[in-house]
Amino acid sequence: MSEGKNYLNEKKGLSSWLFTLDHKRIGILYMITVFTFFLLGGVFALLMRLELFKPGENLISAALYNQFMTFHGAIMVFMVIIPGIPAFLGNFFLPLQIGAKDVAFPRINLLSWYCLIVGAAVALCSLFFNGVDTGWTFYTPYSIRTDNGTLWVVLGAFIMGFSSILTGLNFIVTVHKLRAKGMGFFQMPLFVWSLYSTAIIQVLATPVLAITLLLLSAERLMGIGIFDPKLGGDPVLFQHFFWFYSHPAVYIMILPAMGIISELITTFSRKTIFGYKAIAFSSVGIAAVSFFVWGHHMFVSGQSEWVGILFSFITMLVGVPTAIKVFNWVATMYKGSIKFDAPMLYANGFLFLFVIGGVTGIMLATLAFDVHVHDTYFVVAHFHYVMVGGTLMAITGGLYYWLPKMFGRMYNEFWARISFAFIFIGFNVTFFPQFILGFMGMPRRYHDYTPVYEPLNQLSTAGSWMIGVGFVIVFFVVLQALLKGEKANSNPWGAVTLEWQTDSPPPHENFHEAPMITKGPYDYN
Amino acid sequence: MFSLLINSASAAKWLPAPATKLAEEVDQLIYFLVEISVLSSLLVIGGFVYFSIRFRRKSEKDKPPAITHNYLLEFLWSFIPFLIFMFVFGWGWLLYDKMRDHPKEALEIHVYGQMWNWDFVYKNGKKSSGILTVPVNKPVKLIMSSRDVIHSFFIPSFRIKQDVLPGSYTALSFTASKKGKFPVFCTELCGAGHSSMLATVHVMELEEWEKWLAKNPYKGMSLAQIGGSVFQKSCTACHTVTTEKRIGPGLAGLFGTKREFEKGEAKVADENYIRESILNPSTRIVKGYGNLMTPFAGLLTEEEMTGLVEYIKSLNSSP
Repeated sequence: MSEGKNYLNEKKGLSSWLFTLDHKRIGILYMITVFTFFLLGGVFALLMRLELFKPGENLISAALYNQFMTFHGAIMVFMVIIPGIPAFLGNFFLPLQIGAKDVAFPRINLLSWYCLIVGAAVALCSLFFNGVDTGWTFYTPYSIRTDNGTLWVVLGAFIMGFSSILTGLNFIVTVHKLRAKGMGFFQMPLFVWSLYSTAIIQVLATPVLAITLLLLSAERLMGIGIFDPKLGGDPVLFQHFFWFYSHPAVYIMILPAMGIISELITTFSRKTIFGYKAIAFSSVGIAAVSFFVWGHHMFVSGQSEWVGILFSFITMLVGVPTAIKVFNWVATMYKGSIKFDAPMLYANGFLFLFVIGGVTGIMLATLAFDVHVHDTYFVVAHFHYVMVGGTLMAITGGLYYWLPKMFGRMYNEFWARISFAFIFIGFNVTFFPQFILGFMGMPRRYHDYTPVYEPLNQLSTAGSWMIGVGFVIVFFVVLQALLKGEKANSNPWGAVTLEWQTDSPPPHENFHEAPMITKGPYDYN
Repeated sequence: MFSLLINSASAAKWLPAPATKLAEEVDQLIYFLVEISVLSSLLVIGGFVYFSIRFRRKSEKDKPPAITHNYLLEFLWSFIPFLIFMFVFGWGWLLYDKMRDHPKEALEIHVYGQMWNWDFVYKNGKKSSGILTVPVNKPVKLIMSSRDVIHSFFIPSFRIKQDVLPGSYTALSFTASKKGKFPVFCTELCGAGHSSMLATVHVMELEEWEKWLAKNPYKGMSLAQIGGSVFQKSCTACHTVTTEKRIGPGLAGLFGTKREFEKGEAKVADENYIRESILNPSTRIVKGYGNLMTPFAGLLTEEEMTGLVEYIKSLNSSP
């Protein structure tokens, strides 16, 4: 039981939080930050869906719509999903899961949070300079011509990139150097494996984004002629640079989510993971191959036919380790002792939506298929099934799962399940019709559309309200747990990974005695 | 219910009716992908839903067996998906290659994208905006470039799409097998008018097309009528013929009024001002508007330019 000192009550006052070096407190800082931005990005999404309820201009002008769309995308990608799992749940639980006192570089850990805050503040400054309307992809030459706000968002994303690099660097060193006695790489929980693979991408790919964004800034400020065709530059080169980061970034967003799912499925099936090594290596495999698939965003960009064929082929290869993971999770449930607490509901929601996101990914990797649906709502539906249906489902499931450990309090199980029902059903009502809109040929990033697309757009908008209600319930469930939740014991789920062997909430340096590892990570026997 | 929602029959229902032979072939690939995706999704989802029910926790004392791996099973569920992936990869490649095949005898038409409309220029010098006119059953090659930012030319009924770049040419080929009018969308974000950057492909009999090609579109029209037809094709994405403000000002009653500019000066809108604002719009930006309009210098004939001035003047007299 959580009597006496823990990381929450050990010190008091705002400055004890703003200058904390405790990975758990930094994790909580990230949690508050990410939730705030999620709220902001979500409001933009709801307003866009409201505008699309009927054809024509209803609520906001086309120019404003493009800004909302850009802010929704940029906030959700750079400020919510990328830091969401690694920097929030990862920061809190990676050291706990490997039996360490903290991450390897606590000061750099705090610095990474300040990078995110400063970067986000700079990006939001664009609101005072006519905003930004390029989409989160900043394609040239439009991003060279449009209003000055673009420069602020680009600069903000540049700074936030360092947050990501520093977190990744920290995790790599922590995993190599700070594992508990007796814990080899193959005794690490799979969440740690997924964070490790993610960290490699963060460290290797993010600098390419930084360089690209600097070049874009230089092009805007000084006209250096790299991307601007008027000066002899090549606008498509920007797309290559941009996706060289941003495709691996997709795996920064999904790999940690897969790690959470491995934890949830084993815990709530009371059973060791099926194919531990296959899952661990497939994380690393996905991370490695992810660097060679960026061109599948560019099948109709004018790149050569052979390049398109090569990228289609390599993209198909990513499908194999991804399929392996899904089959392993399902096999883990076979002959398990399955209990449907809210985290497990979210894990199953993840599986359901991720399978649809996955098969539509293979469809999109198929060249001739992609040509028809490229830049239509089919693509919008696909990546929301992966990013929202996948990553956000995993974050929410992970939040419920680890809430007792983080705050020593239980949440209300009934309302947590209700939140799942709203989010899961609302999600499908919102995004499934968008696959069909894509088949019908409705382009994405459209402020207005022809009336044939109206009924499905209305369905989609109605679904977005359900998702909104679902997340409001999540918010209140968490709030209620923090204020009035029942006290949680140290291991409410009967899980076996290390974080459950210390108090809830954990003491300042995590464990009263340094843990010794003698068993595998998911040994229930 | 899920399978009912998206079986191949409904995919066929939702796709716009194919209007080229190649589009019909692409549809076969789409049906196959949808079918195999639904099948494999149902297998996985059905699997874990079944396990969830069958293996519910009965008591806290349950002792599940420790099953750590099964090499045969793991090989099969890696290798079978791999085979399926390679099969659809090959099929996709085959059709993609056909899309990229530009027949030598194809009829060539030049396409220009600009914020926010499409211009088409035919070999005999004839121009059209917003409507691409082509003969049926004859291969057509579009040679495309952009006058400003990247656009993308998408004909859903033909299942083809290609980005249109500033500074270089890209191409798109098709042979329409059905007569009729088919919508064209811009599918690369290009600013506030992106969703109104539409066009139509009008497929007609060869003789009809040849007649259309030879015809002077402005024969027998007054100057204001010529201007009106240019306006309908090139200007409606941003301007109205009422006083309603869109991306640019509404044009009714504008001629002869005093215009105040961003730089502080003011000027009465006379013929020369209208001409300058169309040919080189960035010279003077009216207060409250952005510098967004594409310059039309070099894109209009003298007759069309004068027609536009007369058309805008005529908007003052109509109610």
